[in-house]
Amino acid sequence: MDILFQQIVNGLVQGSVYALVALGYTMVYGILGLINFAHGEVVMVGAMVALTVLQILLAAALSSVLAVLCSLMVAVAACMALGYGIERVAYRPLRNAPRLAPLITAIGVSIVLQNLAMMIWGREYHAFPMPFSNGLHELGGAIITDVQIAIVLIALLMMAGLMLLIHRSRFGRSMRAVAENPSAAALMGVDINRVISATFMLGSALAAVAGFMVSANYGIVHYYMGFMLGLKAFTAAVLGGIGNLRGAMLGGVVLGLIESLGAGYIGDLSGGFFGSNYQDVFAFFVLIAVLVFRPSGLLGERVAERA
Amino acid sequence: MKFNHQSKPMLAAFAAALLVLPFIIDSLLGHGWVRIADFALLYIMLALGLNIVVGYAGLLDLGYIAFFAVGAYTYALLGSPQFGLHWPIWAVLPLGALLACFFGVLLGAPTLRLRGDYLAIVTLGFGEIIRIFMNNLNAPVNITNGPQGISSIDPLSMGGFSFSKTHELFGVDFTAVHLHYYLFLGFTLLVIFVSLRLQHSRIGRAWMAIREDEVAANAMGINTRNIKLLAFAMGATFGGISGGLFAGFQGFVSPESFSLMESVMILCMVVLGGMGNIAGVVLGGVLLVILPEAFRHGAGPLQQALFGKIVVDPESLRMLMFGLALILVMLWRPAGLWPSTQRRRELMPDETVAQQEQDTVYDAAK
Repeated sequence: MDILFQQIVNGLVQGSVYALVALGYTMVYGILGLINFAHGEVVMVGAMVALTVLQILLAAALSSVLAVLCSLMVAVAACMALGYGIERVAYRPLRNAPRLAPLITAIGVSIVLQNLAMMIWGREYHAFPMPFSNGLHELGGAIITDVQIAIVLIALLMMAGLMLLIHRSRFGRSMRAVAENPSAAALMGVDINRVISATFMLGSALAAVAGFMVSANYGIVHYYMGFMLGLKAFTAAVLGGIGNLRGAMLGGVVLGLIESLGAGYIGDLSGGFFGSNYQDVFAFFVLIAVLVFRPSGLLGERVAERA
Repeated sequence: MKFNHQSKPMLAAFAAALLVLPFIIDSLLGHGWVRIADFALLYIMLALGLNIVVGYAGLLDLGYIAFFAVGAYTYALLGSPQFGLHWPIWAVLPLGALLACFFGVLLGAPTLRLRGDYLAIVTLGFGEIIRIFMNNLNAPVNITNGPQGISSIDPLSMGGFSFSKTHELFGVDFTAVHLHYYLFLGFTLLVIFVSLRLQHSRIGRAWMAIREDEVAANAMGINTRNIKLLAFAMGATFGGISGGLFAGFQGFVSPESFSLMESVMILCMVVLGGMGNIAGVVLGGVLLVILPEAFRHGAGPLQQALFGKIVVDPESLRMLMFGLALILVMLWRPAGLWPSTQRRRELMPDETVAQQEQDTVYDAAK
């Protein structure tokens, strides 16, 4: 039973991170109908920037709370700038191009970011500094750390904030309008380009926070960390129904749970034939299964035919 | 491809150039480059296979390398000390192709209801699944030997003729890389021939109809499901064949060779070169194999000459340049370097199309 609770806790923590990253994918997809392949790398850049700033500030003997907040802010700002830049350089010029063209530029951006990061930060794994003592709590037999609690809480807070922003604010309304019908929105006086830029920046800000969270949770940063995370988060977005914000959140959490439960139990279920090293397979099996049986995702209203 | 409109002497000269090419490369650039040319041919085969799926039928496949992997592992498992099996090439290659085809149908059958990006992500997931299985199927029963891969795979040989030994003919030494060049060239030409014939066949036109508008194609009486499955199966078969050749040529396979990056690389060959246009795809394949290699060989010495030391790791610089090239080419030529004429017409800017539509409306009003 202990394992069950522990895996659920792990799944929830991992799922909250997936959900934050998945929101970035789903917002961009909802508006442009485009897979932002480079989004995973934005997460990685966020983590890397946070690492560097944190190291500098801690070396300067700043108080640890302030250092963490500052590094998070810098990472968010850097990622927002990056997201804006990516949209401007790689996607905007291709808005009316054949559908595969922006996908290829997105892959190009992803490769460029990965290799730039490798040149700047090197190939090695970096330890992510942890200025606080990371307390352990017991919860029904499962162990949860302070960082993990913080991750879930912050993720919930950010998602709530995002929902408010999108459903209550003027900007959110224009965003929904552009997603619904860009040309009609433009006729109603919405500046489409500004909305799209802002969407990219918003998604990148969430990605930066997610990057910080993953790094703090695992204590490791690496130039290649964004790739698999991005892939999983995209899977989560599709699982929930791409283009649907609530779907992305739900998909993230569900995927996190499936993965950790699957990895925890596959050994027992298959009589030891498969081990937890098959963890990554679950995400994709789930994805295929969902798309086959419910192509629009868990919460998606749109049909898959919309290509 | 308009070879049939060109004069026969041109064609003959082109064929002769292809035949002596390995010797020219050998004498100008060295032996290693002939090997690179061999790999270029393998990649061209892969790109042409993917071109059927992506270029003709318009189905975005991001896990194409999985079929290459299936072909390669089939060859490796049946022709290496791993299981002590040493099946002959004429049995293993077709079997690999058949298995790849089977996997193509297996993947295609449930996913073909999906379109566009969904299909892309499912195929991507499939590619990763295959790779993860190959990486992990070494315990508790050792099948694929896990991350270490399978080595000392039987070299390609036909009858008593081994492609991995040096043969002498008319006083000229044909080394292993030369022989593989001719073998792969033969296969590549075969794939090109099949692609060309398919392109102008009833099936090829059906694929393009589906690519343009699936609903309309269905209404015209095309069995879209079967035709799409056929595209998947055909593409997968070509992938399986080149996978088998790859295993025999390299003598070693490991899951590392079948990462997502490889799928992306092949897709880039197709899209950069010009989707749906065979000459463009061949061009894309050649460029994406040769240029990074040239960069790898050139970047180190160049930095030595400029700065006196290696400032940036040539390998990451190579990938950086590759990424930049992808972005720039797509920005300047969204339809690829050498698009097919038909696609060029389809990809006219929206305004032109809108203008034409408006004109017809006005004409009708008059």
